[in-house]
Amino acid sequence: MLEIRSINKTFNAGTVNAKHALKDLSLTLNDGDFVTVIGGNGAGKSTMLNAIAGVFPVDSGEILIDGMDVTHLPEYKRAQYIGRVFQDPMMGTAATMQIEENMALAARRGKPRTLRAGITKGERAGYKEALAELGLGLEDRMTSKVGLLSGGQRQALTLLMATLQRPKLLLLDEHTAALDPKTAQKVLEATDRIVSQNKLTTVMITHNMRDAIAHGNRLIMMYDGHVVVDVSGEEKKNLTVEQLLNLFSKASGSDEVSDKLVLS
Amino acid sequence: MSRFVSFVNALPGAASQGLIWGIMAIGVFITYKLLDIADLTVDGSFCTGGATCAVLMAAGFDIGTAMAIAFMVGAATGLVTGFFHTFCGIPAILSGILTQLGLWSINLAIMGMKANTPLSVKNYDLLVSLRYLQDVQKGTRPFYQHPIFVVAVVTIVVIAILYWFFGTELGASIRATGANGNMARAQGINTDRNKVIGLMISNGLVAFSGALLAQYNSFADINMGRGAIVIGLAAIIIGDVLFSKIFRNFALKLLAVSIGAIIYYVVIQAVVSLSDMDSNYLKLISALIVALFLSVPYWKGKYIHGTKGFGKTKAGK
Repeated sequence: MLEIRSINKTFNAGTVNAKHALKDLSLTLNDGDFVTVIGGNGAGKSTMLNAIAGVFPVDSGEILIDGMDVTHLPEYKRAQYIGRVFQDPMMGTAATMQIEENMALAARRGKPRTLRAGITKGERAGYKEALAELGLGLEDRMTSKVGLLSGGQRQALTLLMATLQRPKLLLLDEHTAALDPKTAQKVLEATDRIVSQNKLTTVMITHNMRDAIAHGNRLIMMYDGHVVVDVSGEEKKNLTVEQLLNLFSKASGSDEVSDKLVLS
Repeated sequence: MSRFVSFVNALPGAASQGLIWGIMAIGVFITYKLLDIADLTVDGSFCTGGATCAVLMAAGFDIGTAMAIAFMVGAATGLVTGFFHTFCGIPAILSGILTQLGLWSINLAIMGMKANTPLSVKNYDLLVSLRYLQDVQKGTRPFYQHPIFVVAVVTIVVIAILYWFFGTELGASIRATGANGNMARAQGINTDRNKVIGLMISNGLVAFSGALLAQYNSFADINMGRGAIVIGLAAIIIGDVLFSKIFRNFALKLLAVSIGAIIYYVVIQAVVSLSDMDSNYLKLISALIVALFLSVPYWKGKYIHGTKGFGKTKAGK
């Protein structure tokens, strides 16, 4: 479904601040894979997701989604294949627009924006139903401005919006990191439900190793701009946090364990 | 007392001018409020509209055609600013300044390298004119040719069209572009194209308003758009301060902008009629008033905790 062929990305190339963020990164995702991604700060996790989404062009290598080469497509064109939820709850929704307006915008992802009505009566019923499934009471506040919602509500709404049009690929960039533990748990539950219901191919970055083990069918660990550990199936199910830490030490070639990584 | 009488007598004229500038302010609203861009093109494109209309009338075009072309030429100036901003990566505010500067030469060229072009009501059939206002007051013309009535109808039509447009799929995607560019792109919206469309509609309306003012004044002048952006912002702010609590609907918000422009002109007229101040100080006063009103939300957020301005994030920029 997703094929990354040795992509490279250097930020601020040619300056003292040059940062080789992605180094010959390759990764292939099968249809229906739910991959959790862990790694220390600066390992290139978010950079990888942004490269897939087309936030910036890569320096070399190729990115294929469902066999199509999207390497040179701009971000907004790739969006027809990709659903995204960001770390910052403010980023995924338009605060000054209504809940239903946000959903109507998302429902038209990948379709031409015409002079037809931006939202129709028929759609509203569907949105209400989808919101009710979240169990956050948003179905009664369809015309509220999104800016009035809490961070958790906004992330749940963004998740719903990312999947209204079934994406070929769902990218979750630490989408629960900014939420309190209880809310984070709720959003993760919603994530599992939506992913399994729609059989979505998903990449989820997390800083929480228990979450990384508990969710998905495959786990990858990134270090220094590429994938260093890739476990799936039974092996992944039986992983422990301790084993993960050991794997990380081995992969990074030192006993030094990133503070962030232990934060679990 | 005579001063007060002269103020009252000047009110219909002030209201007419305010309504005309209100259409320009609605154009500024589209860029400033919906796209979150302070577009300085308007100082130039306002005159472009007036000059285009005056020159076309002199060339024998009818008023409808002349105003339609003025709108399109104005939209073209927005296209240029949008090109600078999206294709060349120049910051929006500087893009507008560049277009505005270039338009000074173009506006002169449109008027045959003269600083003004007459558009006398004696020679042409105009839509609005100061003369018509006087005629209606004298009773020699029917009331529906009064500039206040005519421009009010035009304003309502403009608001109705914009209300429809910003409710369409395309219009909603333009609003999303201004509200959160990240979100818009993630939902497959071409934000660059949308910014260009917004700038074109905005400057088209600004030029259309310039065409109306040239008719009202019976001439187009190279300096007629100077400070237009400030007048536009003043109208938006006055409308927002007075009506934001009661006008939630998008169409009503646009109406508030138009009313804001009328109030602005009535206040200016009051200052001119009722005080001894040299009217050359008006621009200074306008600038200071707008600066003050733009500061208030910032101060509220900074010094008074718990207000809605506090902690406002600027996502998508």
